[in-house]
Amino acid sequence: MAAIFFYLFAGLTLGSAALVVANRNTVNGALCLLLSLVGLAGLFVLLDAYLLAFVLLLVYAGAVVALFLFIIMLLDTQPAARKPFKPLTLAAAGLGGALLVMGVLSFLTRARLALAGPAETAVPSLKAYAERLFTTYLLPVQVVGFLLLGAMLGVVVLSKKLDSAEKAR
Amino acid sequence: MSNLLSIEPVRILTYLVGICAFVGANAAYLVLAERKIAGRIQRRPGPNEAGYGGWMQPFADVLKLFAKQVMIPPGTDILLYCAAPLMVMAPPLMCLAVVPFGESLVARNLDIGLLFVFAFGSINVMALMLGGWASRNKYSIISAARVVSQNVAYEIPMLLVVITLLMVAGTLDLNELIRQQAGGFWNWNLLRVWVNPLMPVTFIIFFICMLAETNRAPFDMAESESELVAGAFTEYGGMGFGVFFMAEYSNIVLGCCLGTVLFLGGWQSPLPLAALSGPLWGPVWFLLKMYALIFTVMLVRWTFPRTQFYGLLNLSWKILIPLSLFSLLLTGAMMKLPLVLQRLF
Repeated sequence: MAAIFFYLFAGLTLGSAALVVANRNTVNGALCLLLSLVGLAGLFVLLDAYLLAFVLLLVYAGAVVALFLFIIMLLDTQPAARKPFKPLTLAAAGLGGALLVMGVLSFLTRARLALAGPAETAVPSLKAYAERLFTTYLLPVQVVGFLLLGAMLGVVVLSKKLDSAEKAR
Repeated sequence: MSNLLSIEPVRILTYLVGICAFVGANAAYLVLAERKIAGRIQRRPGPNEAGYGGWMQPFADVLKLFAKQVMIPPGTDILLYCAAPLMVMAPPLMCLAVVPFGESLVARNLDIGLLFVFAFGSINVMALMLGGWASRNKYSIISAARVVSQNVAYEIPMLLVVITLLMVAGTLDLNELIRQQAGGFWNWNLLRVWVNPLMPVTFIIFFICMLAETNRAPFDMAESESELVAGAFTEYGGMGFGVFFMAEYSNIVLGCCLGTVLFLGGWQSPLPLAALSGPLWGPVWFLLKMYALIFTVMLVRWTFPRTQFYGLLNLSWKILIPLSLFSLLLTGAMMKLPLVLQRLF
């Protein structure tokens, strides 16, 4: 039973992830991203990681994809008009893809993974998660938080600059 | 009976049918209740022809909607156009699975039930937006854009208020949250002013956010008939429109269930008397509180005029978010104050 669901959700995740790239209509692409995230959340549920699954849905499906769609609608791109890639872009994409494949391959061959069953049978509770986040992993959490804050401030500054330039004109 | 219910497939099926019936009956009769209340407020009788006092009106409405031809307007994105009514109905049905109507009357008692509700509740916005986008209609697309900005704006104070409660309760389990509010109405989160003097204010923030998230008047910018025809639903007819309508009421039911659980003590009786509490009284109190909230929602709709869109966003970003942030800080301070005092003296 669990195996059937695993293949179902894995297929959903991978299939819709491929469609995100292949789709010509950006709105449909964003929707495929949503489906892919739902599949991923299903996989997490199969691993008894309910918290991760629901946070994934809450943050990515509920907020991030909604904002993607919002921006796509505001930009109103035409699905047919697509420029051919520049050589530099192609080279960068090829390099990035090759690096990613290398990384995954080295991870698969070098890492010592216990493939047989989950290592810990007991599902960590919410409190255990929170305790880890606020003690062991406090520094990474704070660093990421400051990074996001910096990005947000940057966006505010950039958009304000545009606004004042328009006024001057 | 209890033996039969303990068999897992039977239990799941019973709750599935029960939740669907509950949502269906509520959606049908809340429409009637709304029309009756609207009539009362506007000094007219409301629907009173079908059946005694109009109680058959929902059946007449549903028959009419079903008899209508399902028409897909040319030029729409057919797949999305058809998927949107399905998607809009799914989240409230799923979320009701973790809502405890009584101490043991809950389909699936998750220890992170509250997170579950918010995770699936947040998908709700997607369905309205898709319906608006797939219609390829200017009014619908404006409505879709409004839905997203409104929902994103109001989700923040809503979550901040819920975090305030979670800091006090220390659990995401809805049943446990209710158990902590035992012992009379003065122990409900709504009136726990010794934990945080702003508790009643947080409830009002929660209620406003709930109204905005369910796109109810005075915040129904998504469907403002006077400016956007019918907003995201303009191109929908027959049962497609009916499903959107049902989903609106299901979302109100879900929102009021959540308000009852978080602030009004869920299935706890308002007075700590043994005669008034027990497994049979639990659902009664729950439903009474829930319907009182739903009545307030309807009263608000027919009493206040629709706001303007920037007024709506200003209310969230400039008033509700700072206020809920302050409440969050105050709760944290009040929780730590005894520890600090203990260390000092």
